[in-house]
This record gives sequence, C-alpha cells and structure tokens, in this order.
Amino acid sequence: MLRYIGWRLAQIIVTFFLFLTVVFFLFQAMPGDYTKQFIMNPKIPPEARQVLAQRLGLTGSVWDQYRNYVRNVFTGNLGFSFQYYPREVWDVIKERLPRTAVLFLVADLLAFALGYPLGKYIAWRRGQISDYVVTVTGVFFYTIFTPLLAIILLFLFSHVLGWFRSGGFLTPTLWLRPPVEPQRVFLLLTATIVGLLGLWAASFLFTRRIGHPRPRAWARRGMVFLALALAVLAWHESGIGRYAWDIVWHMFLPVAAVTLISFGGIMLLMRDSMLEVIREDYITTAKAKGLPDRVVRDKHAARTALLPTITSFTIGLGFIVSGGIVTETMFSWKGMGLTYLEAVLQQDFPLAMGCLTFTGILVLLAHLVVDVLYALLDPRISY
Amino acid sequence: MVAPSALKREPLWRIRLRLWTRSLQKNWALFWESRIGPIGLGIILFFVLLMIAHPILMATVWDPRVYDPVVGFDRDLLGRHPAPPSWAHPLGTDPIGRDVLSQLMWSTRSAFALGVTSALITVIIGTVIGAVCAYFGGIVDTIFMRLADLVMLFPFIALLMVLRSVIHLDLWRLALVMGILSGFGGITIILKAQALTVKVKPYIEAAKVAGGSAFHIIRHHIIPNIMPLAFLYMMFNVTGAVFTEAVLSYFGLLDIRMSWGIMIHTAESAGYLGAFSQYWWLWAPPGAAITLLCFAFYLVGRGLDTVVNPRLRKR
Repeated sequence: MLRYIGWRLAQIIVTFFLFLTVVFFLFQAMPGDYTKQFIMNPKIPPEARQVLAQRLGLTGSVWDQYRNYVRNVFTGNLGFSFQYYPREVWDVIKERLPRTAVLFLVADLLAFALGYPLGKYIAWRRGQISDYVVTVTGVFFYTIFTPLLAIILLFLFSHVLGWFRSGGFLTPTLWLRPPVEPQRVFLLLTATIVGLLGLWAASFLFTRRIGHPRPRAWARRGMVFLALALAVLAWHESGIGRYAWDIVWHMFLPVAAVTLISFGGIMLLMRDSMLEVIREDYITTAKAKGLPDRVVRDKHAARTALLPTITSFTIGLGFIVSGGIVTETMFSWKGMGLTYLEAVLQQDFPLAMGCLTFTGILVLLAHLVVDVLYALLDPRISY
Repeated sequence: MVAPSALKREPLWRIRLRLWTRSLQKNWALFWESRIGPIGLGIILFFVLLMIAHPILMATVWDPRVYDPVVGFDRDLLGRHPAPPSWAHPLGTDPIGRDVLSQLMWSTRSAFALGVTSALITVIIGTVIGAVCAYFGGIVDTIFMRLADLVMLFPFIALLMVLRSVIHLDLWRLALVMGILSGFGGITIILKAQALTVKVKPYIEAAKVAGGSAFHIIRHHIIPNIMPLAFLYMMFNVTGAVFTEAVLSYFGLLDIRMSWGIMIHTAESAGYLGAFSQYWWLWAPPGAAITLLCFAFYLVGRGLDTVVNPRLRKR
C-alpha cells in the first residue's frame, strides 16, 4: 500500500511539473505584460516602466524566467500579485482558497447525499415513470446554463422572497467594527465543518463493536447530532456566532447552485453503474435467498455500484472547477474562480498562474485520495 | 428458402444496404424505447426549424433594416428600447433596439455550427488516437495517456480564458481549439478502453494471420467497432462545446458577432440583468435556448447509450 502511494506520488509530481511548464508557456504566449498597461500614462515614462519590469521579474530571456518560475514554485515562492501590489500571491490565495474549498466540499457532499440515493432508487425502478421524471430533471439541472440558474435563484430567493443576500461574502454594515477578522471567523467555520465531517467518518469506526445494525445506526446518528449541537452551542456562546452566521447565510445560494448542478451527474453515474451491477448473478442469488428488496438494493448492489461512480466523479473534477468560475462570479463569492477571472482580465500573471497551480495541486491531490479510497473500499484491490 | 442462384444474382451493395437498414431499424427501436432520447431529438428538431425559418422570415416578412440580428434598429420605438414583447417584436427588443427573436433564431445556426464542428473534431481525434494506442500499446500508449491526464487537469474554461488573448478566437477557431483540446483529453481514455476489448477478438487475430497491415486492421476492424461509442460521446461533446461558448460569450471574451451568450452579456453590460423580472425578455429566452439545446443533446446521448451499451437495456 505504502509503495503504491509512493509510486502514485512520483507520477503526480511528474504530471504536476508538466502542468507547471504548460501554464508558464501559456502565459508567456499572452501578448503584452503588466507594464504595458501604463503605456498611455504620461506620468510613467518608458524608463520607469523598464524599472517596473525589472522589479516584477519581466526582463531576461524566457528560459531564465522559466527557470526562476519553476524554482520559485517548488520553494513555495509564488511572487507578488501585480493587482494588489504589496501583497504576495500566496497571501491572496491563502485567503481565497478556503472559500472555494469549503463551497465545493459542502456542495459536493450535498450533491452526493442527493444523487447517490436517487440514482440507486431510479435504477431499481428502471423504466417506470419515476425513473424518467427523475432522470430528465437530473439532466436538466446538469446541463442548465449556470448563469441562468444563478439569475433564477437570485431572483427567487433574494429578490422575491428576500431570504438571502444577493451574493457577496458578508454584509458590510454588520462587519463595520468586527471583534475579529472575517478570515479568522471563516477559518474557524471551516475547521468546524471539517471536524464534523471527520467525526462522522470516525463514528463508523467507533460504533463497529455494536452488533445489531439498528442500534449501531442510532448510535452513529446520536454522536453526529450531539457534536453538531455542541458546535452550534459553542459558536453561540463565543460571541462571534452572529458573524459566523452572516457568512453561512451568504453561502446558502452558491452552495445550492453548485449542488443542483452537480447532483445530476452523480445520480446518472450511480444509475448506470447500478444497472450494470444488478445484472450480476449474486444479486439474483440474494433475491432468491428471499432477502428483502431494500437489503439487496442497499447492501448488495449499491455498495458495489458506488466504486465506478466515485472514479468518474473524480475524473470530472476539472470540469467542476471550471463551473466554479461561473458560479463564484455570479454570486460574487470571492474564491479562486473569481480571483482567477479578475487576474486574467487584469493581466496579473503571477496571481492567475498561482490560481491555476493551486487548482492543479487540488485536482491531483483529489485523484490521489480517490485512488487510496478505492483501494480501501474495494476488497478485490490489494497493493 | 432462397435458392443459391438467387443469392448470387443479388449485388453486394444491396445486401449491405438491407443489413444496414435492418440494424438501423433495430437501433431506432431501442432508441425510441429509451424515451428520453426522442425527447431530446424533438427539441433539436425544433431548433433546426428555428434555424431554417430565420432566412425565410428575413427574405419575406422581416425588414432587414429593423430585424437584422446585429445591425438592425427599430426607429418606431426610438427612446423606448428595450421594448417589451409586442406584435412587431414577439420577444421584445434589446437595449440597442434589435429584435430579440431574430437574434435568438440567428444564433441557433452558430450554436449548431460550433457544437457539431467541435464535437466532430474531438471524436475524430479521440477515435484515431484511442484505436492506435490500443493496437500498438507501449510507448505510444503511455505518451497519449499521460497527455490525456494532463489535459484533464486543466479547467477548460480557465484555459480558454487565457488562450483567447493568444489566439484570436472567432467562432470557427473556437470550435477548432475546443475540438482539439478535448480530443486529446478524457475521450481517448474511454475509446482506448473500448478498443482494447475489440483488439482481443478472434477476428483481429484472423486478420493478422491473413496478412492485414496495422493500418488495415485499425481502419477496417477496430475503428468501425468503436464508432458507436464515439458517436455517443459526440453528443456529450456538443453539450460541452455549446455550454463553453455560452459562458465565454457571457463574460464577453469572444469575438463572435452574435450568440445566445452574447445576448445575455449585452443585457448585463447595459445594466438590465439586476432588474430581473422587469426585463425578463433580455435574459430568459437566450438562457432557455442554451439550456434546452445542451439538455437536448445530452438526452440524445443518454438515449444512444442504451443502444450502444447492451448492459443498460431492459432485461
């Protein structure tokens, strides 16, 4: 197992290196550079632009710049953002990355929680009306034009009903004199969410000793519920709960949009994968033994069908990141996608390259995690 | 029972035609049975009708000076643009006085052209590379598979946002770039996997023993057998291409004269998107058109899936 992970890591590093190279030459091929923005500005003469170019590392041959870039990335130095000049790229990314990560983590988990049972259910009822209705609805949300979905959600929930704010990260009037930095609150929120998820995963381990499935499930639910209640109480007592709730409140609509868009994909994958599994002989055997339908579906078929679904889902991660640019822009959620779009339009190359680099790292890490998960979940695979 | 002499007299092309129509009928029945495929096909036909109707309307009823999708302007409504739907303009006019319905119908053509061209290029590249990788294996296989990994690592829209300032992206170039990029991506892996299952069939062995060259085997045995799957993925690629174009146009990053994405972009940059329902005819029709066309091609793809993949059929 460890050898396998090591081998995969080596492969990933090579792929990542190639990725960096492509990113660098892509941005090299873009015409002009940041200093050209001041070409019409009489206050900045050519000499000053020359100095600026030198300062920003835009002089020297392409090969020198490339060597510098790769060395810098591997030593963790992403340079300065041109747009937010004194700030470093890493500083900007450090602020925006958690926002994107939390948005997609929560939305994708919700999408999975919605798509997995639905896919299971409609595969079991193949050819019936419910199958067609759910499939068509899923495909519709999966292929809906993202800005249109965002407009409709904003119109319905923010304009007509007034339940949520129309985008943004927080309500400025509430945060006039905040006791803590918004970023700190958000990181604490992130920690809470990740902690709860970790506990949920761990609850499977803790309750393994309980023999009967029903009390086991109840013990698990009790644990998660207790932790959730404790977390809410802790936030309430901390005095900054109001601020945290403001951020969560702003997250609702983007999370809803991403969930609606991605649940269809997971559902359809699950359905197809289920349809292949339920033709297997062991399903017939399980039915012939007289096991209830629900048990055959949930325990025998769905667990096997889950594996290909996870793989296909990971392969489509790049696509989800692409969609993130649109969603974040529509809801003005200042994450990596919106930052990237702005950086490209402003010719802020270091920041744009930094965003792409981190996206690449995230996707590659996700691939690794899924490979390991796959090995853990599938008893047929051993390394 | 047909006499052997009668069989001999029937020309080969007619036998082939008969076999072809028979398999077409069988596949059509399967496609029809999927129920969602025909829905998609119906929507696509509707868009084809819209596309055909536009030049006819322009030649007969619509005055080009008023109804031209790009440079038209209605003087009668001067100062009242964007005007709500009326008899003269069934879907109203946009902020600079152009007819929305005319734009919508005209853009259908570019959406089809872009989607189909890009998907065709993708599928041709993917099929050839998939077949070659499966047949030869080894270093060729490794190179193209790693390349596919790399391509899949890039968020597509993010990549095109940079590429658009390197290459002047008009409609055809965008189709070409998207087609080539996704042709080297995930589709090669899928088609290679399919080609591998074909490669181990006995008739490939037989063709080799009979002295068939690598080119002959790939061209006449492997590619025809992975064609159905390739055709299926073509539908999904049309969805992807239309969607990507719409997003990039919506951000105003492309050099296309008129498309559904640009229609929403116009509404947004003129500041009418924030008013939501008050100016619904500016964003709802193009948004619905993009969604419906993507939806339709995806449904057709799903319908074809049941034809191509026997494991998804009813027992």
